[in-house]
Amino acid sequence: MSALLEIADLQTHFLAERGAVKAVDGVSFKVNRGEVLAVVGESGSGKSVTGLSVMGLIGKPGKIVGGSMRFQGQDLSALSPEAMRQLRGNRIAMIFQDPMMTLNPVLRVDTQMIETLRAHRKISRKDAWTICRDALARVGIPAPDERMRSYPHQFSGGMRQRVAIAIALLNDPDLLIADEPTTALDVTIQAQILALVQGLVAERGMGVMWVTHDLSVVAGFADRVVVMYAGEVVEEGPVDRVISRPAHPYTLGLIGSVPSRNKRGAPLMQIPGSTPSPVNRGTACRFKPRCRFARAKCEDHPPLIESATGASRCWFHEEVALESREPA
Amino acid sequence: MVFIIRRLLQAVLVALVMSVLVFAGVFAIGNPADILIDPEATQAERLRLIQQLGLDRPLYEQYFIFLGNLLQGDFGTSFVFNRPALHIIFERMPATLELAFAAIFIAVVIGIPLGLWAGLRPNAVSSKAIMAGSILGFSLPNFWQGIMLILLFSVTLGWLPVTGRGPVGEFLGMRSSLFTLEGLRHIALPAFNLAVGLLALVIRLTRAGTLEVMPQDFIRFARAKGLRERRIIFIHLLRNILIPVVTVVGMSFGGLIAFAVVTETIFAWPGMGKLIIDSINVLDRPIIVAYLMVIVVVFITLNLIVDILYSIIDPRIRLEEAGQ
Repeated sequence: MSALLEIADLQTHFLAERGAVKAVDGVSFKVNRGEVLAVVGESGSGKSVTGLSVMGLIGKPGKIVGGSMRFQGQDLSALSPEAMRQLRGNRIAMIFQDPMMTLNPVLRVDTQMIETLRAHRKISRKDAWTICRDALARVGIPAPDERMRSYPHQFSGGMRQRVAIAIALLNDPDLLIADEPTTALDVTIQAQILALVQGLVAERGMGVMWVTHDLSVVAGFADRVVVMYAGEVVEEGPVDRVISRPAHPYTLGLIGSVPSRNKRGAPLMQIPGSTPSPVNRGTACRFKPRCRFARAKCEDHPPLIESATGASRCWFHEEVALESREPA
Repeated sequence: MVFIIRRLLQAVLVALVMSVLVFAGVFAIGNPADILIDPEATQAERLRLIQQLGLDRPLYEQYFIFLGNLLQGDFGTSFVFNRPALHIIFERMPATLELAFAAIFIAVVIGIPLGLWAGLRPNAVSSKAIMAGSILGFSLPNFWQGIMLILLFSVTLGWLPVTGRGPVGEFLGMRSSLFTLEGLRHIALPAFNLAVGLLALVIRLTRAGTLEVMPQDFIRFARAKGLRERRIIFIHLLRNILIPVVTVVGMSFGGLIAFAVVTETIFAWPGMGKLIIDSINVLDRPIIVAYLMVIVVVFITLNLIVDILYSIIDPRIRLEEAGQ
């Protein structure tokens, strides 16, 4: 059986005057049915742009210049804009980072929900209303009948994200792309949202692509992890293996940067420097300037080296994995 | 309700302050008696007239007499026409109102689509042409535009009549030249002339709003929901843009009425604007005061309507009102 979503060598560039900004530069991964794939990386690593590319929501000056995206075996880039629209919000749904901004402030919640149903199938306003009300109830919004008639500003941030999730799931999608949906929320609300999505995955067999920069979210939630750096995938594998035994220095650094994993009083581990310019990245390993494992070989850009438990874009992945196993 | 009462009280206060200013203003410009009374009149006639008009009393006394009459609904009697000032104004009002309404209609019906077009395709040649046109609309003197309109459409092409209001039709008890074909032909040019400034403003506002709203997350989310482009533009985008547009259109309605003077003069449109200019020339104070009072009431009413429309369009405002 083919994967739910299969991305191969995706390249999404933003054409600026100074040259193409290669936000996504040859990314490949897949999402299976009933699986949560976490896509992890810093800001500017291209993880959000990857999600938007799948949705067909890259606006000018952005452009998908290469690679393929297959959704249930269907080539997304070959679809007409109308066919893509019919897929969006229907088979592939997306939720965004800032719940304060994703709902239209001047339209009532029921309007924003019902239109989502009616964009994809013929249904009476009354039937749609009932379905939407039930959807609100399912994501844990109290007094849904009343809340249907409310405006977004009458909800708290966490409640709004629930509404956004309820909208995204209205048409029972096969794939949910979540672009840092819990980043702007309190930890307690975050846990509730995670549990909600987890339940829906188990219940419906939906595939999830969960874009985040927060590794602590990933640990108990995702099945597999893709780590992105500077527009490419640098590590991939099952979540337990990646977190306990990272095989790329960048992943190692990311995990070290989570405060709770450090010894109390010990200086916090950090990755020195910042992400390289996405315009001109050169031919060396992109992480080399920030890497403490770097040596002469790193002048060559490493391929994604497959192993039994995933893949790593590091010439010395075995050495990194060995070190990460030792107690700090 | 409290809100509306507060607004009405404000209106009364503004009208009072304004009437003081007008009294002082007209007093400063000159003595109406000098202009109104025939220079050939004898001293006795002159004195009699001055007394009759009440111009012999101190200014503050004249003002309080005016206030006393006002409480009885009397806005004073025109020095020139020797008829109640309010009557004269109301006679002229329908012509100005229909001109202003027609102008707003033109500005909105043409301005919003053009602004949307320019905002959705900011780099297209057509959009740049629209924006260049709106700058011309802003900056060319209005009277010159009016004369050019007459030259082109009436004189050269001969499509539309040059001046005047045309026949008045009746519909639902209202009398207006908007209800006859000939009347529409007459109002087309002056209404467009009056609309140009507002039209340019509506285009720019709509474009600016479009450029501001389109990159927002909720538009992207609307796309992610798979909505059709038409719905995104005409519901999600337009509802957000309408807030500033309604404000500006509502506010400028008063301005259109008050400053229809130029257009009315060029097209010989028998409205209030022409009346006020004539009255200022002869220092016909009762008409000036009554006219300005009417304008104040119109402005306050419009503000109120705009606020109410606002709360319909933008639900966040409703909540703030209720929270007070």
